[in-house]
Amino acid sequence: MTETLERYFVPEPSKFPILGAIALLLFGSGAAMWLNKVGAGPWVFFGGIAILVYMLFGWFGQVVRESEGGLYSKRVDKSFRWSMGWFIFSEVMFFAAFFGALFYVRVLALPSLSSGDNEALLWEGFTGAWPSSGPRVSDAFTPMGAWGIPAINTLILLTSGVTLTWAHYGLLKGARGQLKLGLLATVVLGAIFLTLQIYEYTHAYSELNLRLDSGIYGSTFYLLTGFHGLHVTVGAIMLTVMLFRAIAGHFSAEHHFAFEAAAWYWHFVDVVWLFLFIVVYWL
Amino acid sequence: MTTLTHDRIGAHPPHAHGPTGLMRWVTTTNHKDIGTMYLIFSFMMFLSGGVMALTIRAELFQPGLQVVQPEFFNQLTTMHGLVMVFGAIMPAFVGFANWMIPLMIGASDMAFARMNNWSFWLLPPAAILLLGSFFVPGGATAAGWTLYAPLSVQMGMGMDMAIFAIHIMGVSSIMGAINIVVTVLNMRAPGMNMMRMPLFCWTWLITAYLLIAVMPVLAGAVTMILTDRHFGTSFFNAAGGGDPVMYQHIFWFFGHPEVYIMILPAFGIISQVIPTFSRKPLFGYASMVYATSSIAILSFSVWAHHMFATGMPAAGQLFFMYATMLIAVPTGVKVFNWVATMWRGSLSFETPMLWATGFLLVFTIGGFTGLICAIAPIDIQLQDTYYVVAHFHYVLVAGSLFALFAGAYYWLPKWTGHMPSEFLGKLHFWCSIVFFNITFFPMHFLGLAGMPRRIPDYALQFADFNAMASIGAFGFGLSQLIFLVVVLKCIRGGKKAEAQSWEGAEGLEWTVPSPAPHHTFEDAPVLAKA
Repeated sequence: MTETLERYFVPEPSKFPILGAIALLLFGSGAAMWLNKVGAGPWVFFGGIAILVYMLFGWFGQVVRESEGGLYSKRVDKSFRWSMGWFIFSEVMFFAAFFGALFYVRVLALPSLSSGDNEALLWEGFTGAWPSSGPRVSDAFTPMGAWGIPAINTLILLTSGVTLTWAHYGLLKGARGQLKLGLLATVVLGAIFLTLQIYEYTHAYSELNLRLDSGIYGSTFYLLTGFHGLHVTVGAIMLTVMLFRAIAGHFSAEHHFAFEAAAWYWHFVDVVWLFLFIVVYWL
Repeated sequence: MTTLTHDRIGAHPPHAHGPTGLMRWVTTTNHKDIGTMYLIFSFMMFLSGGVMALTIRAELFQPGLQVVQPEFFNQLTTMHGLVMVFGAIMPAFVGFANWMIPLMIGASDMAFARMNNWSFWLLPPAAILLLGSFFVPGGATAAGWTLYAPLSVQMGMGMDMAIFAIHIMGVSSIMGAINIVVTVLNMRAPGMNMMRMPLFCWTWLITAYLLIAVMPVLAGAVTMILTDRHFGTSFFNAAGGGDPVMYQHIFWFFGHPEVYIMILPAFGIISQVIPTFSRKPLFGYASMVYATSSIAILSFSVWAHHMFATGMPAAGQLFFMYATMLIAVPTGVKVFNWVATMWRGSLSFETPMLWATGFLLVFTIGGFTGLICAIAPIDIQLQDTYYVVAHFHYVLVAGSLFALFAGAYYWLPKWTGHMPSEFLGKLHFWCSIVFFNITFFPMHFLGLAGMPRRIPDYALQFADFNAMASIGAFGFGLSQLIFLVVVLKCIRGGKKAEAQSWEGAEGLEWTVPSPAPHHTFEDAPVLAKA
């Protein structure tokens, strides 16, 4: 087997990693200070975020230039594919922790609190029926229904998956207009989704009295949907960058992994939403 | 290590003339530089965690309170654990991976050289947050390294700093793990099939999968603690419908695979060292690969053996007990394979082999006490006693740390170009293994007699064994300074190392000069057919 291997691209020394490290140091220490009411906290925190944004712009900008400059071979492309796949798997495991918490509470913790000695001696009369805010958080709330905004949001995300795939087909067959239009539609659908989520949160706080401190229902509801919303935001930003790159004439039918990575990520947040819709909103 | 050999003709991308001095280390994308920084960082953290351990042992030298206040004692036990696990052992193995995997598989560098730099440079900020928490009002977190709720929901600012430190270290670990997976899968030289790879690469590949799977779960667990602390959620609060035991489940779903994250690369190092000094190929290579994978898969189904005392249905106890004991099978396969490799080999006991042999004996004791702890009815008695402390120090110190030393002595010639001093290396080994056993063996008896862990004061009947353990601990701690001397001497000079520094050593890393040039395998080596 005579495989001719071109040299694998090794980047030059870079200032961006250390900037990222400083950014996360400020981010972490600023958050710890802010939460404990140390005056400079917010300044340090937002300083860290500012450096992080600068670093991400610079770093990804450099990656884009290297890619467009033809430095990335097929083998580098394959590395990107492996790494994006495993990165998404790590995100799946992050969500698994919160889904696991939801299942644990519904299947084990609440039934245990509402039966046997716990019910007889500690939490008399507690039924543990879902949705529950627990035996001692008595502020009544209305749970979030599935068939209003959440169902519409499900349709929006599913449609955005279709528009994104349509954009990808456009890219593959060289129809640049279809690529741009599809990306634009996907980003707009993502933005509508996020707007509706924000509306839903304000509705929950102002009318349903469903809040972050509404016991375990509020905890799981807001953490799961909140982290999902954060990921949709990141995905939408990624797709917006892809849109601008498409407008700038980047990507070819053979060489466009950045687009695919963003698409993988978008489908991932899509699938997470389907699980959320079923176990958080519906059942 | 700072003298570079630029001897590969035309082999230089522009950055051969990149930044020099400090900025070289800050901006580097070279896997050897980054590996070196990982190793130096982990040794510094090892010494910091060691000082904490010695303060603990000084307090426990005799009953009563002499050295520190109980509150501070609890901070020390907590931080000793966090620093050793996340600061010393894990980064040390990543340092080995960075240095050795590209050399072993014939790659020019790691797959993502720039991200590799970020993985490393995230660690000092995490260390600053973690160690800096000693100096904030309320001091460092004192909830134990497991950060169990509800204690961890109650502490001061130090707890928040620990949470953010864990987040940052998690980001670093996940990026490092993805880098290693991609490097192993995509950067191998032509002819380097998966089943021809040195076993160290295999064990790290599997470890990296474990890291990608469980570090995000830990991030989720500490995030829930953070929101319980500051944003009114009720994950671990029964009054709000949550459950503090749920924290233990989520934590140990991370925590048990974490145990294997700290030992599988050690198995890899031992599997390199023993064949070299037995002058025989590794016995049962394929079975080693399968055993490693089995351990990794099983590690996801045993977490609740850390929680037998919290109460669970008998069916649950039985399941987790038998699943745990099942792990003894692949682990036994490994131990027997190492012994079979040595069997009728042409053995010689240079320093790395001494450490590997020591590992084999003492780690196996730790493995057996693990089996004893796995038996649910016995574990109820042993939970939170010094027996558990003895058990996990036998696997973490005699296992992970001894393997790290075996690997360090084994590859120091490749890193520095000089042979480490055999006399000092052997002195280091014999002092370490003797003092290690003086320190930790009596802890088995203390635990069986009922001495709880994480206490600054104890009943009189425990005094003798505690005094013994404390003397051993100081001996062990001071012995580690010998290692520092060996490394410094090795960097500065000594007997020149040949490319193949040990007589029986095989593998691509021994085909490049010692010290390994700054850039190696820029053009992939082509391996002969097996």
